[in-house]
Amino acid sequence: MSVHFDIPGTPVFTGEEAKKGYALNKMCFSFNEKAARDAFLKDEEAYMESYGLNEAQKQAIRNRNVLEMIAAGGNIYYLAKFAGIFGLGVQDVGAQQTGMKLEDFKDMLIAQAKGPVELPGLAAVKH
Amino acid sequence: MAQIIGAITTSHVPSIGSAIAKGLQQDPYWKPFFDAFGPVQGWLASEKPDAAVVIYNDHGLNFFLDTMPTFAVGAAAQYTNADEGWGLPVSQPYKGDPDLSWQIIDSVMAEDFDLVTCQEMNVDHAFVVPMQLMWPQGAQAAIPTVPVTINSIQHPLPRPERCFKLGQAIGRAIEKWDADKKVVLVATGGLSHQLDGQRAGFINKDFDAKCMKAMIDDPQWLASLTTEEIIREAGSQGVELMCWIALRGAMSGHVSPAHQFYHIPVSNTGGAVMVLNHQTQPMRQAAE
Repeated sequence: MSVHFDIPGTPVFTGEEAKKGYALNKMCFSFNEKAARDAFLKDEEAYMESYGLNEAQKQAIRNRNVLEMIAAGGNIYYLAKFAGIFGLGVQDVGAQQTGMKLEDFKDMLIAQAKGPVELPGLAAVKH
Repeated sequence: MAQIIGAITTSHVPSIGSAIAKGLQQDPYWKPFFDAFGPVQGWLASEKPDAAVVIYNDHGLNFFLDTMPTFAVGAAAQYTNADEGWGLPVSQPYKGDPDLSWQIIDSVMAEDFDLVTCQEMNVDHAFVVPMQLMWPQGAQAAIPTVPVTINSIQHPLPRPERCFKLGQAIGRAIEKWDADKKVVLVATGGLSHQLDGQRAGFINKDFDAKCMKAMIDDPQWLASLTTEEIIREAGSQGVELMCWIALRGAMSGHVSPAHQFYHIPVSNTGGAVMVLNHQTQPMRQAAE
């Protein structure tokens, strides 16, 4: 029985995802090294090709779109290293995925000190 | 015999490391969290543990998906840090305690936990940031450690009950260690946070409060949680609670709180810090 959780707006990195996203995650893991980050910036297409990314993964990277990267099998811990190349942190990444301005995303985090809040990003996934 | 004198649990968010590097401890955003470590440092100074077992999750520095251990134990004389790709300064190495490592490995393996053992290991921010918070003077000032990692990336993750049982086995291993040493347990991670998906930014104050209370008086509830419940209530990266659950399993005696702190937000996270005292014998018996 494979792992399956149905929690709205919440990716779960199962074996299926790990298999699908291996090349993308391996490329992002390489970004621990400065030489790899520099090589990516120098020739992004060649770097992606050298890790064997599929077209969906390449397009997600070209689009700098985190939800697309996750849909293509990316895991957030490795994707964070990709974001790091551009000086972006988890709040920038959170704002992008939830369709919020960075300041609004930060305010939403602070607001949760008082209790539960409406999460705007979830509006997109609720049926 | 060695004794477990207590435990420290804390969030390990990378931006804490970045705040340390920039000297932002007194910045209004960061001050509450850093101030919470005054009592932690005070407790360490008065209790003077000799070694720390640090339970955390690697985020893709030492381990990748090519080889992903569920439970790994460090067995090195020192633990190096390295570039994680997002600009945190690389820390000096931390001292290991190979005797305690092998005591834990031998004893826990004899209880049927099939561990991965690491004679070389890069420790990431989840180890380094808490160490910097506990020993701000630097890596040389810190006590020797044994890092223990739990896979928090690739599902299936170990069940929380299994983490608790691993902790119980680690606790027995420490208390059987033929050394006149005081050991402190450290667990890092959590509490509630979610970095990925449309629910990114989710924090759950009530669930975190319940977990912190249970760390004191209801470890069985923590052990009975399922991975799905933790993700639902604490977010997809809230599964780092597994490290806290393993730590709690290692304390079989009387547990009492010495210090507690909770603050929203620390970056995207419900920031939590606890110091727990541990007495091997129940207090009532000790008094007799």
